[in-house]
Amino acid sequence: MRGRADVITSFMHGNEAFFLTATLTSMLGTVLNMATPQIIKVAVDSILGQRPFALPGSIVGFLRLEAMRQAPLRSLLLCAAAIVFVALLSGGCTFGSRLTLALGSEKMLKSMRCRLYEHIQRLPFAWHVRNQTGEIIQRCTSDVEVIRNFVSNQLIEAFRTVFLVAVSMAVMFSMNVRISLIALALIPIIVLYTAIFYSRIARRFREADEAEGALAAVAQENLTGVRVVRAFGREQFEIDRFDERNNRFADFWIRLGRVQSYYWGIGDLFTGLQVMVIIVAGAVEAVAGNITLGEFLAFVSYNATLVWPVRGLGRILSEMSKMSVSADRIRYILDAEEEADPAGALTPPMNGDIRFEKIRFQYEGLQPVLHDIDFTIPAGSTFAILGATGSGKSTLMHLLDRLYDLPKGCGRITVGGVDIARMERAWVRKNVGLVLQEPFLFSRTIAENIGAARPGAGLEEIRHAARIACVDRAVEEFSEGYDTVVGERGVTLSGGQKQRVAIARMLMQGTPIMVFDDSLSAVDAQTDSQIRAALRGELGRATVILISHRITTLMQADRILVLEDGRIAEMGTHEELIRRDGVYKQIYDVQMSSDDRALLAGETQEGGVSHAGL
Amino acid sequence: MPAFEEKEYTQSFDPKIWKSLFPFLKPYRGMLLFIVLLNVLSAFIDISWPLFQRYAIDRFIEAGTTEGMGAFIAAYVVLLIAQTMIVILFTRRSMTVEMRLGRDLKRACFVHLQTLSFSYYNVTPVGYLLARVMSDTNRIAGLVAWSLIDVMWALCYVVGVFIAMLSLEWRLALLIMLIVPAIALVTLYFQKRILHWNRRVRRINSQITSAYNEGIMGAKTSKTLVIEDQNLEGFTAVTEDMRRSSVHAQRLSAIYIPIVMLLSSLATAIVLARGGSMVLGSVLMLGTLSAFTTYAVGIFEPIQQLARIAAEIISVQANIERVSGLLSERPGIVDTPEVMEKYGDAFHPKRENWESIRGDIEFRDVSFRYPDGDEFVLRHFNLTIHAGTTVAIVGETGAGKSTLVNLACRFFEPTEGTILIDGVDYRERSQLWLHQNIGYVLQNPHLFSGTVMENIRYGRLDATDEEVVAAAKAVSADTVVDKLENGYQSDVGEGGDRLSTGEKQLISFARAVLAEPRIFVLDEATSSIDTLTEQLIQSAISTLLEGRTSFLIAHRLSTIRQADLILVVRDGKIVEQGKHLELLQRHGYYHDLYTRQFEEEAAARVLESE
Repeated sequence: MRGRADVITSFMHGNEAFFLTATLTSMLGTVLNMATPQIIKVAVDSILGQRPFALPGSIVGFLRLEAMRQAPLRSLLLCAAAIVFVALLSGGCTFGSRLTLALGSEKMLKSMRCRLYEHIQRLPFAWHVRNQTGEIIQRCTSDVEVIRNFVSNQLIEAFRTVFLVAVSMAVMFSMNVRISLIALALIPIIVLYTAIFYSRIARRFREADEAEGALAAVAQENLTGVRVVRAFGREQFEIDRFDERNNRFADFWIRLGRVQSYYWGIGDLFTGLQVMVIIVAGAVEAVAGNITLGEFLAFVSYNATLVWPVRGLGRILSEMSKMSVSADRIRYILDAEEEADPAGALTPPMNGDIRFEKIRFQYEGLQPVLHDIDFTIPAGSTFAILGATGSGKSTLMHLLDRLYDLPKGCGRITVGGVDIARMERAWVRKNVGLVLQEPFLFSRTIAENIGAARPGAGLEEIRHAARIACVDRAVEEFSEGYDTVVGERGVTLSGGQKQRVAIARMLMQGTPIMVFDDSLSAVDAQTDSQIRAALRGELGRATVILISHRITTLMQADRILVLEDGRIAEMGTHEELIRRDGVYKQIYDVQMSSDDRALLAGETQEGGVSHAGL
Repeated sequence: MPAFEEKEYTQSFDPKIWKSLFPFLKPYRGMLLFIVLLNVLSAFIDISWPLFQRYAIDRFIEAGTTEGMGAFIAAYVVLLIAQTMIVILFTRRSMTVEMRLGRDLKRACFVHLQTLSFSYYNVTPVGYLLARVMSDTNRIAGLVAWSLIDVMWALCYVVGVFIAMLSLEWRLALLIMLIVPAIALVTLYFQKRILHWNRRVRRINSQITSAYNEGIMGAKTSKTLVIEDQNLEGFTAVTEDMRRSSVHAQRLSAIYIPIVMLLSSLATAIVLARGGSMVLGSVLMLGTLSAFTTYAVGIFEPIQQLARIAAEIISVQANIERVSGLLSERPGIVDTPEVMEKYGDAFHPKRENWESIRGDIEFRDVSFRYPDGDEFVLRHFNLTIHAGTTVAIVGETGAGKSTLVNLACRFFEPTEGTILIDGVDYRERSQLWLHQNIGYVLQNPHLFSGTVMENIRYGRLDATDEEVVAAAKAVSADTVVDKLENGYQSDVGEGGDRLSTGEKQLISFARAVLAEPRIFVLDEATSSIDTLTEQLIQSAISTLLEGRTSFLIAHRLSTIRQADLILVVRDGKIVEQGKHLELLQRHGYYHDLYTRQFEEEAAARVLESE
């Protein structure tokens, strides 16, 4: 069990030098800042006044301070110079501390972001199915932001404040115990007051955030549903709805403002009272002769430097809980197990027969989708699968590409006699080309999309693949051709175009096994057969698995498998299945001999060109 | 659609932009004045603190007596309490102004958006509009309520301190003043640059968010292509850019802050050296010297604040430009003043003057080009649709099937030519008149957060519960409702995401039915309903379409076949039109489309019935 802080410390690893330097320089700067009131004290008491130097004799002797009394003007200049000198040094420290902190925390954040991204990429597909995209993105962005804020603004500041309080107190106690005790007594009160306030108000902040979220949701729904709003003429209704949330949001914050106003007002009152108490107590002590005027001034200025960091400390304390919640949420992602290969995983040639042996499979917590599936796809053949939605055909392909792993005792899949579970996962995927029915294109250029699996591929190779997939012409028609950006930030492709780009992309992989998971559904029959004809010329001895509803596509396969509710209903060549008079035959009849078909008999013959295809 | 590009904004101060804000400030004049007064008062109290210190040194410590200490404490406490009250009042007022002003700006944007036409929506991403409504308005209101007021405080404080210093010891005061312009210049210089880099950081941040989005949405594809390493490489480039930019921004503040501190120490040093020598010469009291030291240090915060706000004002100017840009966006489709006079506008309809609608639609010599496109998608198009006709529009996804519907519903107006409804140019009637007679069911049905009941009632706001239920029954949406835990009172979730697409389609169908429109538009409305349910509502649809003019943008053969007229669209243009059998016999593009769909459905039917 790892602790919460581990998420943060593990990413700090490698940047310790930065954080250490930042902490040390920040502390050094604090000490240097302490010196200025001391210089003023010396100047007021011993140069302007007539008191002996309240410093160890050796320093007094070394700096020949007594001699300075003789030339007070020069000494004053010396003190002024000392103040500037100390400021220079402390400025250097501030610069050093801020810069090293920035370097350290930004490096840490970068590695955190990259680690999250990489980890998410390597998590099993099942994890992705289980978790909602928006939720995960929220964790990768907002929660990382909370941690960023904590590390780069609050962590060192908290150290510095504690150190500042300690040093100031030490110096103040060395000057006068009674006043120091008064100042010390008020500090915990201020810290506590702030901490309690912020933790109390945290819930209200959350509610206000939610009110804002609700308002944004109304606006977003209105803007995305603008067609519905207009079509029903509901503009006024929408405005009323928006007004209601808008007022609620505003009122929420106005009420929150009331609470905050008390906090700020009373906080200022506390702070002001503390300053006053020090001035009054200091004056009384000074009049009684217990402290010098210079010491009085020093007290006042030490106290002033303490006031704000101490108030900040209260806030940091209360926000620690926020940070630990975020760290937990990030850890949820990082704790999920990545896909991993066992030691000695194999990378055998993948051009052998594919065997599915007694496959049984069910998704987590759901009904079994595959029952005792057993068949062989001979190397170099074309194999077709027909089945209803949910019959398990896509699951079979997911298993073949090792997007899911078969649990022990649920059968196995072999290629060339080797169990794919014993192979490297990446090896399997590199050798199985899979085109999905609804392919995902990245919002990059078309060339980058097609060449994704083969970085460094030349434009000629990319165009070649695009030509086979019959998408070349469509791409050329875009004003920027292959450099056209697709997706959210660019051109929207039609379903058929997307499928064809995905096919071209898969072709670039040059795999010995190719799977078309209903990936020509949005392409018309003619283009479909054109693509398959072009593929046939290109593939040589690749093993092809086709999933389709289209008999004209299926019938040219060497073998056809009909899946029904996760079981093999029938399997054989087109002719065998027609003779068998099962489901396949029924579909064939409906597709090939309906009234409309009969009406278009001539057309069907023409479509027969594709017989020569695959 | 071309990629949407954010335009560049003015970099220097421009009073004209700020003028557009005045009407929004007007209701809060009184409150703003009050806040300013409070701030002036507060500034004077803040100026008096060092004077107390001076008094304590000169009258108590130097004089060696505690006489009058009671009065001193009393005065101090009174001022502290006064200050506390001011802070409380000021915080409340400012918060009120901020939220009310923000609310007004948001409302103005939202109301205006309701009048803008689809041509605007088509080229403007929703995220961009949402940012205008939500965050730009927040920033403007925040600036007005807090920063502009802070300026008042800072100005008063600086001026007050100088007056105090000048009256205490003018020679010393003048010396300190020398440092003021230096601080102001340094702050302005750095703040502008820091803002620039921060904006860059925000931009990269949104890139990172979309990279995560793509990384997660495309996880399956990345796995099958085995391109995880490449993706990571691309992502690392973005985060490296982020790291560098963030460090750059922070390095600037790391330089800026010590410089300001140094200047502040310089002021202290000057006071000590020069003031000290004056004390030695007995021209200055020690208490005054200490007050000066405090002033010299204290004046730096407000001066920095002034310079920081100056930089902020420049940056918020861009937000104002964006909001006023949105507000000055002209709706592409507007009713003429005469039409508005007679029929009312979208917010105040004069229903008593509305003619009832029959549903004859005629395209007369219509040419059309999308406002953001450069090619005509319709040229001299003529088509008469008699009331009660069912028109099916078929074609591939993205082929432009919606164009005719957009025109008929006046979501767009013809570039040339006229569209007549019941024989009258529809531009002679109000938009709302037409829209309230249209029932629209979309492919990706858009539901609003709320209950099923509320969503169906959206079609006719004054419908009774019974009428809502009847409408749901008419389209078999009650089968969906029955499955839900709380029936009609079930929450559908944001955008209806607790329902499947098919379920959403049925609900949106009921919504359209409830509106009892004369013109029906079904945009692939039944594509995600399973075969069984589809058969259920098929008969319902035909009864409902009877006597109504309707447009069906459809995939399902059963829907297409029953149409009186089929229009076939390819690459944005109508390539074929006619009845089902005529078109099949023509062996053209329709035949292709039809065959493909037929195979799909035939296989599904056989497999599902097994």
